[in-house]
Amino acid sequence: MELFQKILPTLLSGISAGGQYALIALGYTMVYGILRLINFAHGDIFTVAGFVMFYAITAMPLYLAIPFTILVTVLLGFTVERVAYKPLRSAPRMSVMISAIGVSYLLQNLMWYVTGGQAQQYPSIPWISGKVMVLGVETKVVTVITPFLTVILILLLVFLTKRTKVGLAMRAAAKDFETARLMGIKIDGVISVTFVIGSFLAAVGSMLFFTNYSTVSPTVGMMPGLKAFVAAVFGGIGSIPGAVVGAFIIGICENIIRSLGWSTFSDAFTFALLIVVLCVKPTGLFGEKLEEKV
Amino acid sequence: MKKQNNLKTLLVTLVTIAVFAVLSVGAEAVAGNVDGMSMLVPVLKKTAVYSLIAVSMNLLNGFTGLFSLGHAGFMLVGAYTYAILSIPVAKRAGVYQYYDGGVVQFSIPETFGNLMGESVGTVIGMLLTLVISGLIAAFLAWLIGLPVLRLKSDYLAIATLGFAEIIRTFIQYEGFAPLTNGSNTLRQYASFKSLYAYVIVAGLCIAVIVLIVNSTYGRAFKAIRDDEIAAEAMGINLAKHKMMSFIISSFFAGFGGGLMAMYMASVQAKSFTVSMTYEILLIVVIGGIGSITGSIIGTFLFVGCSEWWLRFLDESANNIGGLKLLAPGFRMVVFSIFVMIIVLFFRRGIMGTHELPDVFRFLRKKIKGKGAAK
Repeated sequence: MELFQKILPTLLSGISAGGQYALIALGYTMVYGILRLINFAHGDIFTVAGFVMFYAITAMPLYLAIPFTILVTVLLGFTVERVAYKPLRSAPRMSVMISAIGVSYLLQNLMWYVTGGQAQQYPSIPWISGKVMVLGVETKVVTVITPFLTVILILLLVFLTKRTKVGLAMRAAAKDFETARLMGIKIDGVISVTFVIGSFLAAVGSMLFFTNYSTVSPTVGMMPGLKAFVAAVFGGIGSIPGAVVGAFIIGICENIIRSLGWSTFSDAFTFALLIVVLCVKPTGLFGEKLEEKV
Repeated sequence: MKKQNNLKTLLVTLVTIAVFAVLSVGAEAVAGNVDGMSMLVPVLKKTAVYSLIAVSMNLLNGFTGLFSLGHAGFMLVGAYTYAILSIPVAKRAGVYQYYDGGVVQFSIPETFGNLMGESVGTVIGMLLTLVISGLIAAFLAWLIGLPVLRLKSDYLAIATLGFAEIIRTFIQYEGFAPLTNGSNTLRQYASFKSLYAYVIVAGLCIAVIVLIVNSTYGRAFKAIRDDEIAAEAMGINLAKHKMMSFIISSFFAGFGGGLMAMYMASVQAKSFTVSMTYEILLIVVIGGIGSITGSIIGTFLFVGCSEWWLRFLDESANNIGGLKLLAPGFRMVVFSIFVMIIVLFFRRGIMGTHELPDVFRFLRKKIKGKGAAK
């Protein structure tokens, strides 16, 4: 029992971190599934959501600030796709990736300009910033809520992709872009929907993440963004359950490493895991096999 | 015929370096005497250093088509190797103040300075240290390349990015602090003072890269970039050539990292992040992926815009009317919008895959053609 008491906080924060990574990772994996693009700007969209919340809370009550933040983030994701990725649809894949890096650079500079480069204190959202006792261990409410909220959102997402028309279109586009277009699917619309969903999940993820982390600065989203990406690759990029499983594994492992006193290496571990996965099984846990065409 | 061509390229490159070296002496005189030109020398120094790094990235990303995002890691290794090996012994106690002066108790430039005379020996020692920095980065690249180079396009990008982050973590690790000074800065090491030294050293390295690109190896690299499967069918050993390109590129990234350490006068591991790789990648894209002169022009524009010409955008005193648009950081926003415009609408960059001499030759032909028509 004593051992359990020792392990539990680590496990709880691990699961919570995993949930937050999962929400970001879904944005990566869905976009990759359809466009074969690593959306490097996704981590920055996540950070922008944090800043929007910071400014929104000073201007309006909480019940308005949350939907406002989500709306702005979704709009940003949509705009980024329309402006920076859509014109390059027929360009080589590397050009789109460079464009994503350019957007990331732009967003970071923009945030730096608006905030003056200062790290800001994230507003505490009542109730979820509060404390709660779980099996004799004190922790923040957000730690407990995160996994449940994540699971609910993922179930909704799975329902969306498996049971609705848009979901069918998304799966078709992911399978074969050209054929899907021939079948009368409006591919631009589908891609926009994907970015909207991804940004929505990133906005929710940012609220949970920053409530835990408490300060927002222009480059803070880079690491969680990259880690979420690693999670997506680990689970098999393009696969929704894969991204979720990968995110939880990474979140938990990272917190175990931290609790052992090796916190310097927690980031390195994530990338080491990525490299091992890429070399041993490049398609990840649940990924589809990619064929090479001549 | 081919050999003559190579000789000509070499000659042209060497003459260009000499011209630039003379010009840089002139630039230093101008900066000292003309108002408003005080930024000229720092900008040109940074341009020289970044040009080398950008060209080395272009060799890998542009000429071999291996999209790697690990450059910051190799630069970090180079910068740290250079700094560690060239801090004068007497100053070590001050730099490694938390670690009893560190474990390295010699300084290569100093040793050579004592052996061969103050001025000549120090310079030779510094150059040697730079080469060692490059070699260590190259060795690391060989280790990393073994597993990573089998990966394709975006997976390769992510894996190299991951390795760069791992390198940074290890350098900052407390356990290695007697060697690397942990997360504290390294400073007070020997460095070049004058602009022309940077121009000549960086220029010679770029000349070597030009020769490599024009050699049979360079043609093999380009074949791999254009079509990997066709290249393999033509008998090009993919694994060997990819590894070679990766190692050479990392060698010059490490060498450039050492130069960068000199230019910056102090180095700290935490500034070598992914963002630094992104910046260099954007420079390469602006100049044109697969063009060496393009990379150099791109670097000049990038450094000039971000450090100098757009400075006025950061001064809140320059605001017109009641607007509060101009404030610190606005310069970088405007600049990144420029970059996005190039990325979106001028995807081939300034030079495409052409080199400056090609453009001159083309123009000359055009003028000649017009003359003949008359």
